[in-house]
Amino acid sequence: MSQNPAISIETRNLNLWYGSFQALNSISVRIPHGRITGLIGPSGCGKTTLLRCFNRINERFGNVTTAGEISILGQNIYDPGVSLIELRKSVGMVFQRPNPLPISVYENIVFGLRIHGERRALGRAALDEAVERALREVFLWDDLKDRLHTRATRLQLEQQQKLCIARLLPLKPEVILMDEPCSALDARGTHAVEELMQALTGQYTIVIVTHNMAQARRVTHECMFMLMGELLEHCPTRDMFVHPCHPKTAEYVEGRYG
Amino acid sequence: MRLSRKQLRAWSEKLIELAIRLCGISAIVFVFGIFFFVFREGAPFLAKIDLREFLFSDQWIPTSQTNPRYGVGALIVGSVSVTVLAMAIAVPFGVGAAIFLSEFCGPRAKEGLKITIELLAAIPSVVWGFIGLSVVSPLLIQVFHVPIGVNLFNGALLLALMSVPIIVSIGEDALKAVPDTYREAAVALGATRWQVVYRVLLPAAKNGLLAAVLLGVGRAIGETMAVLMATGHSIRIPHSLFDPIRTLTATIAAELGETSQGSEHYQVLFLIGLLLFLITFIVNLTADLVVKGIRRK
Repeated sequence: MSQNPAISIETRNLNLWYGSFQALNSISVRIPHGRITGLIGPSGCGKTTLLRCFNRINERFGNVTTAGEISILGQNIYDPGVSLIELRKSVGMVFQRPNPLPISVYENIVFGLRIHGERRALGRAALDEAVERALREVFLWDDLKDRLHTRATRLQLEQQQKLCIARLLPLKPEVILMDEPCSALDARGTHAVEELMQALTGQYTIVIVTHNMAQARRVTHECMFMLMGELLEHCPTRDMFVHPCHPKTAEYVEGRYG
Repeated sequence: MRLSRKQLRAWSEKLIELAIRLCGISAIVFVFGIFFFVFREGAPFLAKIDLREFLFSDQWIPTSQTNPRYGVGALIVGSVSVTVLAMAIAVPFGVGAAIFLSEFCGPRAKEGLKITIELLAAIPSVVWGFIGLSVVSPLLIQVFHVPIGVNLFNGALLLALMSVPIIVSIGEDALKAVPDTYREAAVALGATRWQVVYRVLLPAAKNGLLAAVLLGVGRAIGETMAVLMATGHSIRIPHSLFDPIRTLTATIAAELGETSQGSEHYQVLFLIGLLLFLITFIVNLTADLVVKGIRRK
């Protein structure tokens, strides 16, 4: 069933607890390949938690228990045999605040290749090429080609965030998770990142958490509306904003709470 | 009545402020006071002495009746060699322990370890010297078949143990100060814990770690009692790890009580004190500048 090539991520009965607090309640969802799926809902509804399940980065802090299943590319990522390192290689993540590492632009982009130690990819020429390709893909090449050895933390926020996307690309991820990627950016930066997301569709599955309804409407193809740890509605974005099925969804997208 | 109470309050406020101000300034006053005192005692000899001979000659024969010689070259070499060796032992251990504490160990183990390490810092140096004499020395003789157990290596080992707590606590602070977003970014890219440490944390915290090491150096070079007891106290330039040595600090401690106040010997010992002052001042200043370097970023 999850062999269906058009599905990137599938969860079945996913439950999650922080200590004794249940943050996700029986989430079952299929996220299509190559499209942008938005996760919306009021603060504390569990959307970031769900996003952080997909690369299991929420397990960094000890008090998390999970039950249920998440399949990515047909494999349950909670299988004991699954390598977190391989999982995170194919599921990249972009954070709320741009978090380039305090090393050069160049080193940020090849960081993934270096830590995954693909020997043949580590020649100087191969690295140079990977950097150029990644920067071109995020429209930064023209801006940064002469500043490859500047410290990445000195760039403008917008460039930093694009760089954070660019550094995922050399690892050829299947999924890119974005946790409110524009909330630290101004309108121009937001626009640029949204354009970039559009350009990346097709190739990568993008899941984006956003508080910005207008943004969800602009960039996503499908939307999931969550409330109190439950998934209330999952449908094409147009339907969600034009005629939502659930009254709570309607109230939320109209801005009556949240 | 009411007015006077108000006045009283204003006065006591001023008084307290003055007291606090004095406390703050006192540190500076004391440091300059000590420096001035040491300088005053040692300075008269500065004029009489050939500075090059003083610093580079290994002839330290201050008690000779006919031809006293005051060369501290061997003592400088002794101090520096024991400090360098101590750091060669302490830095890997200290930085390793700091990494373990801040990145790898659980909160409970962390508490236990930190308390133990603080305890290590609280052991008086004379007790360390005691351990050097009665435990390390026979051990060195037994294991390495050297004739003398109180030597360079023995002293360095003790100094290493004494400076590890400083390196650990400052080093851990430096690692803790690295924003968690860096760790998260690297982990999300699939880095292992060790890769996070050596590719992200060590470069990001390198100034703080360097400061930790320099403070350890300051501790080691100024230490007196342990090295006096454990290094053999023999004036010579060491040729192996197991040669006895003597340090600048130990020389002052051992000889100052035997000199008559105001004599040449007395003045030279104060000059050595001045030299130590200068060395630790430079080390501390470097550490300080390095730490400031982090903040500016």
